[in-house]
Amino acid sequence: MPVLTPAMVEKIKAFIPRYPSKQAVTLPALHIVQDELRCVPREAIVEIAALLDLKPAEVDDTLSFYGFYRDEKHKLGKHRLWVCRSLPCMLRGGEQLLAHLCEKLHVKPGENSSDGKITLEFAECIGACEQAPCVLVNDEIKGNIDDAKADALVAELRK
Amino acid sequence: MANFEPVLLKNVGVKDSHTLKVYKDRGGYKGLDAALAKSPAECVQITKDSALRGRGGAGFPTGVKWTFLPKDYTGPIFLCINADESEPGTFNNRILMEDDPHQVLEGVMMACYATRATVAYFYIRYEYGHAFRRLEAAINELYKAKMLGKDACGKKGFNCDIYLHRGAAAYICGEETGLIESLEGKRAWPRIKPPFPAIEGAFRKPTVVNNPETLACLPHIFTRGVQWFKSIGVPADPKNPRDVGSYGPKLFCVSGHVNKPSCFEAPLGITCREAIDVHSGGVWKGRKAKAVVPGGMSMGFLTEAELDCKLDFNDPIAKGCLGLGTAALMVVDDATNMVDVLFNSCRFFSHESCGQCTPCREGTAWMTKILSRIRRGKGELSDIDQLLEVANTIGTMPGTTICGLADGAAWPVKNAVQKYKQDFVDFINSKRSIIRADELVTAGAH
Ligand SMILES: Cc1cc2nc3c(=O)[nH]c(=O)nc-3n(C[C@H](O)[C@H](O)[C@H](O)COP(=O)(O)O)c2cc1C
Ligand code: SF4
Ligand code: FES
Repeated sequence: MPVLTPAMVEKIKAFIPRYPSKQAVTLPALHIVQDELRCVPREAIVEIAALLDLKPAEVDDTLSFYGFYRDEKHKLGKHRLWVCRSLPCMLRGGEQLLAHLCEKLHVKPGENSSDGKITLEFAECIGACEQAPCVLVNDEIKGNIDDAKADALVAELRK
Repeated sequence: MANFEPVLLKNVGVKDSHTLKVYKDRGGYKGLDAALAKSPAECVQITKDSALRGRGGAGFPTGVKWTFLPKDYTGPIFLCINADESEPGTFNNRILMEDDPHQVLEGVMMACYATRATVAYFYIRYEYGHAFRRLEAAINELYKAKMLGKDACGKKGFNCDIYLHRGAAAYICGEETGLIESLEGKRAWPRIKPPFPAIEGAFRKPTVVNNPETLACLPHIFTRGVQWFKSIGVPADPKNPRDVGSYGPKLFCVSGHVNKPSCFEAPLGITCREAIDVHSGGVWKGRKAKAVVPGGMSMGFLTEAELDCKLDFNDPIAKGCLGLGTAALMVVDDATNMVDVLFNSCRFFSHESCGQCTPCREGTAWMTKILSRIRRGKGELSDIDQLLEVANTIGTMPGTTICGLADGAAWPVKNAVQKYKQDFVDFINSKRSIIRADELVTAGAH
């Protein structure tokens, strides 16, 4: 049984005509897979490689460079919550916010909450420093987050 | 500059500013019309004459960069838009892309026409989901209106496609050849230059890499004229033949310890003090600034006494900083310890080093370790010299690394140790330990 669904394969194939080389579809393909499966399983690497006329090792070489992708042993929770720790956020309480969320969710950065709803991560500057301290929920920025707002956000994500 | 009129941000805050209709109603795509009425060579010349310099960090003259493309090349030429925007403190392009995507896309199309690029790859960091979706919708509008594709805008022979390409949370993808490698589906390892991208770039073809804000200047240069553009900013120093001036409007980001952090538009050459006091409501809590980063983390620090520094392409260098960078100011108040600030900077660069060059990979990690040791109350005075020694030996300037990340990592260290030495001496002598909660929770992650 392939791990890539026909819908995922179609989505990946749709990217191919955009580039002079199929290898350029590697990152789009990895995003498509991880968005759905919450990780990039070993078999997905093999299947992506076959779609893009690459060796699995070539896909794996690229994937492993970006700390962004997770393997099956480190599957993401339903939501990925990034807390920014770079200077402008740090100057306005970003690191305390990260510590607060670690405590609240009983996790270290990189880990999932026990209900599997939230993966907590630290981020380097997410480009919203005017709203420091800020967080990223999947790919949406939420700014000016104090402990109370963080708690409300967690409650919402856990629904 | 009392009568300065913002152009880059003029649509931001206007209802539905992200739609084609509103953008056009407010005068959009007139710059593109003006460009299409000319030859590509004339468009390059106008861009050159405007002395527009890249807004992505290096300040390279845009028109000049375009002339490096091979002449009469018949194969494909590519344009890459560098929207990786990961330099700490920098968010101006996010605002442009979210609230005025068509302004950026108009600039992209003009650059494609001028350079004869047929495909533009818009490389955007993954974290900018909202901007990504706004751009996606705007590009769809353009295809529907037949302004993109074959014979775009009804101009025979002008073929132009724009494709969005999402990054995967890595700062090094902002370095132009790292971006190209990443676009090609590889590790974002910057390439050894030469060859420069204009000769051999994406997919081994001639490629231009530009920042969104750089391109967003083009419509205004073409509608208002080169003279208008050059009436703003700081003229070239006649005594320095290598100075090409700092012309035009610029987006400045201000964050950190100010009352009103924001992105605003002003002429190049306003002072750091004006940016803080006039545009950002001053330093918060009635405090004074201790250090101000003039242009993104890589640029180093200005002291309170240096805040009359002009924010143009020259003055930060004259004050010992690496440059204007992205013109993203980060303000640190006088209640903050520079040991903390520098640790944050070193940790960032160590985390983001691509690991290709030993001096960068090891040097950034080593500096972070030394600072971490100092923070634990285990520092020695000789650590200060050690920091400086590492900082002085890593980077493209001493010639030990492939890309500028290492110079950007070294500069804050050099500036901090030189300008705030007493902070480090006092801290080390106090044997104080400030391991904070965050360090306990992040120890060991990634
Ligand atoms: C480590 C590093 C990171 C960079 N990050 C960015 C970035 O995020 N965005 C950007 O436009 N330029 C960045 N640059 C500069 C690019 O290499 C390149 O000079 C720029 O995109 C050219 O566009 P411009 O001439 O329009 O400024 C970075 C450079 C280095 C060395
Ligand atoms: S200087 Fe650093 S980031 Fe740049 S190529 Fe070398 S190791 Fe990578
Ligand atoms: S430092 Fe947190 S968004 Fe820039």
